[in-house]
Amino acid sequence: MVEDSVIELIEIDYSYQSAKIFDKLNFTLKKGDKVGLMGPNGAGKSTMLRLIMGLIKPDSGRLIVFGSERCREEDFLEVRKQTGFVFQDPDDQLFCSTVAEDIAFGPLNLGASQEEAEAVVLTNLQLFGLMELRDRAIYRLSGGEKRLAALAGVMAMSPCVLLLDEPTAALDQFNTKKLIRILNDIDLTCLIVSHDKDFLQSTCNCIYWLEHGLSVIWYKPSLMNSLA
Amino acid sequence: MFHEPFTEGESFLHNTDPRVKIIVALVFAIIVAMSGEPIVLGLAGLFVLLCFMLVKVDTTILVKRLLIVNLFIAFLSATLPFTTPGQTVVTFSVFNITKEGLELGATIFLKSNLVVMTSLFLLSTSSIFTLAHALHHLHVPGRLVQLLFFTFRYLHVIYLEYIKLTEAMKLRCFKAQTNWYTYRTLACMMGNLILKSYDRAERIYQAMLCRGFYGVFPTFYHFRLTRTDKVFGVFCSVFFLAMAALSFLW
Repeated sequence: MVEDSVIELIEIDYSYQSAKIFDKLNFTLKKGDKVGLMGPNGAGKSTMLRLIMGLIKPDSGRLIVFGSERCREEDFLEVRKQTGFVFQDPDDQLFCSTVAEDIAFGPLNLGASQEEAEAVVLTNLQLFGLMELRDRAIYRLSGGEKRLAALAGVMAMSPCVLLLDEPTAALDQFNTKKLIRILNDIDLTCLIVSHDKDFLQSTCNCIYWLEHGLSVIWYKPSLMNSLA
Repeated sequence: MFHEPFTEGESFLHNTDPRVKIIVALVFAIIVAMSGEPIVLGLAGLFVLLCFMLVKVDTTILVKRLLIVNLFIAFLSATLPFTTPGQTVVTFSVFNITKEGLELGATIFLKSNLVVMTSLFLLSTSSIFTLAHALHHLHVPGRLVQLLFFTFRYLHVIYLEYIKLTEAMKLRCFKAQTNWYTYRTLACMMGNLILKSYDRAERIYQAMLCRGFYGVFPTFYHFRLTRTDKVFGVFCSVFFLAMAALSFLW
């Protein structure tokens, strides 16, 4: 096991409907790392995040998260408590009636009291500049607002690790900048999947390129220009 | 997420404890369904009127909802006079309209409207999320509550996917006609709809798991049993007892 590692994928094999996505994939995310993940469509970027969360199970290989090997559904309950995963499509994630209720969903599931939940909701509304949308019905939010609300809902669980799946999709420049500022202000280990090179360069310490699900080669931000 | 127009607004019934409302609506529905005496139905009508006065809802939406319900009941009420055996009132060639049939049709029409209206006033004024939580408090088995919540949630998902698909079809100049091409296209759309909704439903459930969902719906806006709730509950109990007694004695 690599020292200081939060997430470690060792020789992971994964196929989806007879198509091999990962063939002996190795990947390590260390504490405090802010890692970007780029790659062509269908390379398995989202699949990797879902494997880490235990939403899908690998065919073979070992998955070590927070120092323990995770295999069964129960093993992942602990992982999910401490890992914030923001889905690609915020519509998959938001399902309460109002923004405030949705932000409170996670903390209440983790056993927060009413007062604690209210405090968390307030902090996160402020952090994401959503104060005015507190009691707005979810179906009345714009695409960008939904994205921020989904992020706020995940941040409300005070995760140690943040997994973001294309967080800048549907965000305008103003909101993208806001997101960059928030991500740079918080002291979290992050793994961010995105096609937006500029966004990754301004938020991550290093960027990985995933292709054919075979291997992960890393690029330092300074080398990124040669990638394009 | 989903549009629940009646949950918006402020009124006596909006603020009533959802647990009380669920019980009241359930007992009302049972009594009305079990009895057919005019006096009991009259009292039930009075109760619906009372609820209507205690609630503030958009009457246009209310009428629209009732129209949808009555579309189904209309079929039933229209066929029952012909199919129920009994004393003939009018004869159309081979078809006889019977007195019993007319009465039965009218009773079903009346009863269903009464029950639907009370449910709209009492239950639709709370969000489905709050109702799910209230059902937990009433010790309804967790699996049943989840079933109810997800049925509602996924119906909405299917509806949204349907809108997206039909829009995409319109944008590519699809026009429904009476030919095989249209049938084929619509069949493809239905197939796609089911697959896409299934996938999305899966993702929603996974997103809930990722946020620590363990089968219980937590609520952010907590409800407390207030004095007003108790008074409302006691009043309804007395009213319903009177209805039940009348129906028994009649």
